[in-house]
Amino acid sequence: MATAAPAPKVNHIGLPVLEYRGGKSTLCAGCGHNAISERIVDAMFEMGVEPERVMKMSGIGCSSKTPAYFMSRSHSFNSVHGRMPAVSTGAILANHTMTMIGVSGDGDTASIGMGQFVHMMRRNLPMIYIIENNGVYGLTKGQFSATADLGSKLKTGVVNDLPPIDTCALAIQLGATFVARSFSGDKKQLLSMLKAAIAHKGTVLLDVISPCVTFNDHEGSTKSYKFMQENDEPINEIGFVASFDEIEVDYDSGEIYEVEMHDGSNLRLRKLLEDYNPTDKANAVRTLMEAQQKDEILTGVFYIDTEKPTFIDLLNVVDEPLATLPESATRPPKSALDALMAALK
Amino acid sequence: MATGDLALGQLEGALSTQERITNDFSINVATVNGSGSQSANSVLLKSIFGMGVPVSGKNLFPSNIAGQPTWFLIRASKHGYVARKRASEILVALNPETALADVRALPVGGVAIYEEGLNKTLNLNRVREDVFYYPVPFDKITAAICPEPKLRKLVRNMVYVGVLARILTIDLAVVESGLRRQFAKKQKVFDLNFGAVKAGFDYAQENLTKRDPYFIERMNETAGKIIIDGNAACGMGAVFAGVTVVAWYPITPSTSVIEATTDLLKKLRVTPEGKATFAVVQAEDELAAIGMVMGAGWGGARAMTSTSGPGMSLMAEFTGLGYYAEIPGVIVIVQRTGPSTGMPTRTQQADLLSAAFLSHGDTKHPILLPGSVKECFEFTQAAFDLAERMQTPVFVLTDLDLGMNNWISEPFDYPEKPLDRGKVLTADDLNRLGSFARYRNVDGDAIGWRTLPGTPHPKAAYFTRGSGHNDAALYTEDPDEYQAVMERLALKFEKAREMVPAPISVRNAGSKIGFIAYGSTDCALVESLDQIKQRYGLQGDYLRLRAWPFNHQVHEFVAAHQRVYVVEQNRDAQLASLLKLDLPADQVTKLRSILHYNGLPVDAESITEQFAVKEGL
Repeated sequence: MATAAPAPKVNHIGLPVLEYRGGKSTLCAGCGHNAISERIVDAMFEMGVEPERVMKMSGIGCSSKTPAYFMSRSHSFNSVHGRMPAVSTGAILANHTMTMIGVSGDGDTASIGMGQFVHMMRRNLPMIYIIENNGVYGLTKGQFSATADLGSKLKTGVVNDLPPIDTCALAIQLGATFVARSFSGDKKQLLSMLKAAIAHKGTVLLDVISPCVTFNDHEGSTKSYKFMQENDEPINEIGFVASFDEIEVDYDSGEIYEVEMHDGSNLRLRKLLEDYNPTDKANAVRTLMEAQQKDEILTGVFYIDTEKPTFIDLLNVVDEPLATLPESATRPPKSALDALMAALK
Repeated sequence: MATGDLALGQLEGALSTQERITNDFSINVATVNGSGSQSANSVLLKSIFGMGVPVSGKNLFPSNIAGQPTWFLIRASKHGYVARKRASEILVALNPETALADVRALPVGGVAIYEEGLNKTLNLNRVREDVFYYPVPFDKITAAICPEPKLRKLVRNMVYVGVLARILTIDLAVVESGLRRQFAKKQKVFDLNFGAVKAGFDYAQENLTKRDPYFIERMNETAGKIIIDGNAACGMGAVFAGVTVVAWYPITPSTSVIEATTDLLKKLRVTPEGKATFAVVQAEDELAAIGMVMGAGWGGARAMTSTSGPGMSLMAEFTGLGYYAEIPGVIVIVQRTGPSTGMPTRTQQADLLSAAFLSHGDTKHPILLPGSVKECFEFTQAAFDLAERMQTPVFVLTDLDLGMNNWISEPFDYPEKPLDRGKVLTADDLNRLGSFARYRNVDGDAIGWRTLPGTPHPKAAYFTRGSGHNDAALYTEDPDEYQAVMERLALKFEKAREMVPAPISVRNAGSKIGFIAYGSTDCALVESLDQIKQRYGLQGDYLRLRAWPFNHQVHEFVAAHQRVYVVEQNRDAQLASLLKLDLPADQVTKLRSILHYNGLPVDAESITEQFAVKEGL
């Protein structure tokens, strides 16, 4: 009697993890970005998101190639350098019923794309915006980016003498409603963060330190695996309980900051930094700025606001996707044109 | 009346031999911007329109908020000519800064209506003796009827409407009904304004003796017609094309395209539940505006932006992505005077070449070229259908003259055909087909099938990129795969020749001489052709272009003529250059250029004069 192969594990919508995979990565072996792609696959699988309901967006750069390496069943748009926010804005306006995840880099966001980045944060566009942050330009062979830390060293010995842009502090100040930082090497933290991000309604900014093994993983770099392993200071421990999970966890409420997410999920942030309140905007920005002064790399969920209206709410658009509204809904009747003409006579 | 009589007296002799000039002259209202003359000028224009006389209005305004010289030209023409007239016969001189120059610019026998006080300060009535002066104490009249000092600046303008109505014999009842429409539901505002018109009219009646030869007489040439500007017409076109996503950044002279679109969307496209069937986003810059259009077009929305030259330059990279990744989108360009910032409030047709090839690499885009406000409405609609059918960004190229000035038109027709949403595969299609290749030429029309994000089928997704790709939308650096896509794109563009609006042979008498023009040049060229016929007995044929790539009729037209004059409003003969790229080598030498590019709308005389010089007439 032949033994039947064990059925693959499926998620709550009945899909195996295989259906969330993408093409083979062409990035360097050991690149932090590959680990992030894997976590995205895990998070989407575990959350049971229909792949066809996801739009994958990116700009240009190593990071922006990665949407090809996860979720092949999702539509994807690898756009132009620094312009992922604008393309994403248009795409979500066309169909706001979709889940949108975008992958950008530190050059794509903090230099060429800074203008669009800040305006997207202001709008609280419903989107998960991931910065795969390695402090260097990879495809052009290792120039500093604007997130490189003061005093960090290139392989060639060049020292960065300009202060870094803290995209998390900026995003909080500008209006993003879920702002967090993680490290590509911290599987557990990043996965929980991504799952919470999927449950969030509004702009999620995830700055993920993702070492570049080829150009920025040496002694003297502040974006290396070693440096992160030694200096990563989580401000909270993230527990995420999805709406469809029925797990009851005992916890000491004094240590936990609990957030009920838009979809009914629960985000439980165990405080590691004393009295850190992730709904206090000013405190969040101050904490980040103080950490920068002390050369500390904080990770965790810095800020969350589940109440603020999204850009789609503000535009007050119909529930259906604008893209597929029928002609009867988008072309006014002849009587409307006749009335306009009569008024111009 | 003393000063006025003096001038008129000196011209007594000339006058007696002068005939009445009826419904064929131009009025120049010289004011400063920000003085609120716009509504007065609009009432004046509509009053002449209400008299049944063909009329056009052109606002020559500064790039400034308030206090700089501005001129509003209103042309009445019984022949139906609506181009700018080089000289205006009637001047309303309300700007002390320009009054001397404005009076000097009048043709012999012209009329100067002006603030009486300028006689003291400028000796305005002594500048020349061959024009008719009508001094009017505008300030005194205004103060008498408008106790509220804050409103006087605005009300003062209505006084000249009344004075002109009396001098030109415009029926006061027509002015009244025009005003009533303008200030519908605002009785108090109407009363104040009509009071001012009446005061001006009464003053002229009691104090001025009509000596000049200019008259407005009733005709029946405007019945059933509308007055609208091209930008409003473009906005209307977008709304009746079912636009759903609009992204833009404010820039003169295209801002009012979006304002008109937004106003209409709010009026016509809100559900009974109060939800919008559209999204309008004021973006952070033009890079973002076109990026949003590309994202929305990719997502399946009917998306549009509108801008002018500087904004178009910023849109270059994304437009190239749209071409290569084959994403629909409509870009309405209202051309202004370049290069660089140029003269933002003046007109030109100098963005044709940059629109045609906007972006790096082998890139080209269809351009629709409306020549009237009606075509602004129709072509903006057509652009959406064409963009979705061809899966590419499509330009609608107008200019400041067409876009921001008032034009008479037949009423716009309701679209007959349903929207063409192009080649989009549904989940059912995919069930039937099993799979698809995004960029494969399966139908021979060089256009692939696309799917929209959200299509509920595991095989629906594809990867959109501006990097090298093969016909299955996969990344490639393979020379053959890359080239195959580029060749199909070239073929697709070729096929567009017969998909865009065909040119119109405005006149075809079998002459040896041909003329080619597009857009707002049309109205001046039509008048110039009449002048050429009257003065030189020559009848030229005329082909009005309405799109690029050029339809086969354009080649036939050039082939059928010995010499072809390309008339356009830029320095570098951009349209002629585009024609030269397209025509067979033996046809290229037939082209000659007539150019006008000083920022003012081209006038017929300028064309006629250049033609005469080039023909040795």
